Amino acid sequence: MSDKTDITLTINGQSHAIRVESRRTLADAIREDCGQTGTHIGCEHGVCGACTVLVNGEPVRSCLMFAQQADGKQIRTVEGLADGDEMHPMQRAFMENHGLQCGFCTPGFLMLAVGVLEREPDISDHDLIDVLSSNLCRCTGYQNIIKAVRAAAVEMRQS
Amino acid sequence: MKPAPFTRHVPRTVDEVVSALAEFAPLDGRILAGGQSLVPIMAFRMARPAHLIDINEVEGLDRLAVDGDYLSIGARVRHGAFHKPVIDGPLGKLLAFVVSHIAHYPIRMRGTFCGSLAHADPASEWCLVAATLDAQLVVKSVRGDRIVDVTDFLEGIMSTSLAEDEFLAEARLPLLPDDTKFGFYEFSRRAGDFAMSAALVTYRLVDGVITDACVGIGGAEDRARRIPEAENVLNGQAPSPELFVAAGEAAATAIEPLEDAQTTAEYRRDLVRAVTRRALERSTQ
Repeated sequence: MSDKTDITLTINGQSHAIRVESRRTLADAIREDCGQTGTHIGCEHGVCGACTVLVNGEPVRSCLMFAQQADGKQIRTVEGLADGDEMHPMQRAFMENHGLQCGFCTPGFLMLAVGVLEREPDISDHDLIDVLSSNLCRCTGYQNIIKAVRAAAVEMRQS
Repeated sequence: MKPAPFTRHVPRTVDEVVSALAEFAPLDGRILAGGQSLVPIMAFRMARPAHLIDINEVEGLDRLAVDGDYLSIGARVRHGAFHKPVIDGPLGKLLAFVVSHIAHYPIRMRGTFCGSLAHADPASEWCLVAATLDAQLVVKSVRGDRIVDVTDFLEGIMSTSLAEDEFLAEARLPLLPDDTKFGFYEFSRRAGDFAMSAALVTYRLVDGVITDACVGIGGAEDRARRIPEAENVLNGQAPSPELFVAAGEAAATAIEPLEDAQTTAEYRRDLVRAVTRRALERSTQ
């Protein structure tokens, strides 16, 4: 029952050859097997959104996907946002607008917002609020997250 | 919060899916589609299937297309496919409006239409759509195919008429006439949370009076279903605020409300009264 399978996770363009049980979630594999600990794990049942990553460009809860299901797919995590020392516009906007306090939920929010804006650059402010209701933040009260994402959306549309 | 061990099977064709089900369903095997309900239940160890038949690699099950007079929705068409209207006319608009009420954006990237029907949560928006529009469901097994009316499919709380070796391969939603009006209203405590009651109404106006009224209620009983008592109130009458109140009253009286620690029968009836009226009001906007 606990037979392991060889898979390759491609995270931010880098291949990780790992060997995992079928029950291994993508979130655990990213952190424990591939050592990419920027992705956080909160509730482990799909409610909090802290573990949100992009799989083939789609924001998904990595705790609700099994690692074997992501074999061969393109995964992006928070570690892949910055270009060297140059922060992604979304990261910079979170910093400038105080979109984080403790920072635990931030990787999930960043990947959610980047994923949705790359797919739907012209999404309305109203729909953005609905998108941001996907993830939980217990510090900020959301207002500064909304401000940050709106600011980054403007910048991402121009670039 | 880690799922118990299981063996994963990855069929590539529908034939392989039903063969695997026939072999492993008796050994506590089941289908894994989007996994957005099943995997949380497994994380809580409320479900510990020994085998999962993962249909995410099966060719053709992502088909979403009009066949004659119905919209065919394959077993791995995800909720997100309906964000933009999938077809011209009222059905595409209806599905695009309803889908925004299902969980949250990342969940909608993975969860599937047919998976929601097979899961049969009473609060499921897609179960309500299927029940209100008289969907037909294509069920496959090694014993053959059958087509099931939604009323014979949904049996109760997370309970369907699927046999253990049967696979819900496709849902068929009848296309709606171009002049169909529709309204949907859902009440839940938080955006993306389970519906405590939801109503979907469709009808046509002929010479100023309502005809072909369909009133579906979800989240209030053990399964979503049409409420003929409310439809009878509407058919043959001109839309008016008073008529919509009367239809809500009829729906509230007709249901057998689910009760739980937070929700008394009386409260549930009151919600049904309100969501029915508000869905009808939205149909005129």
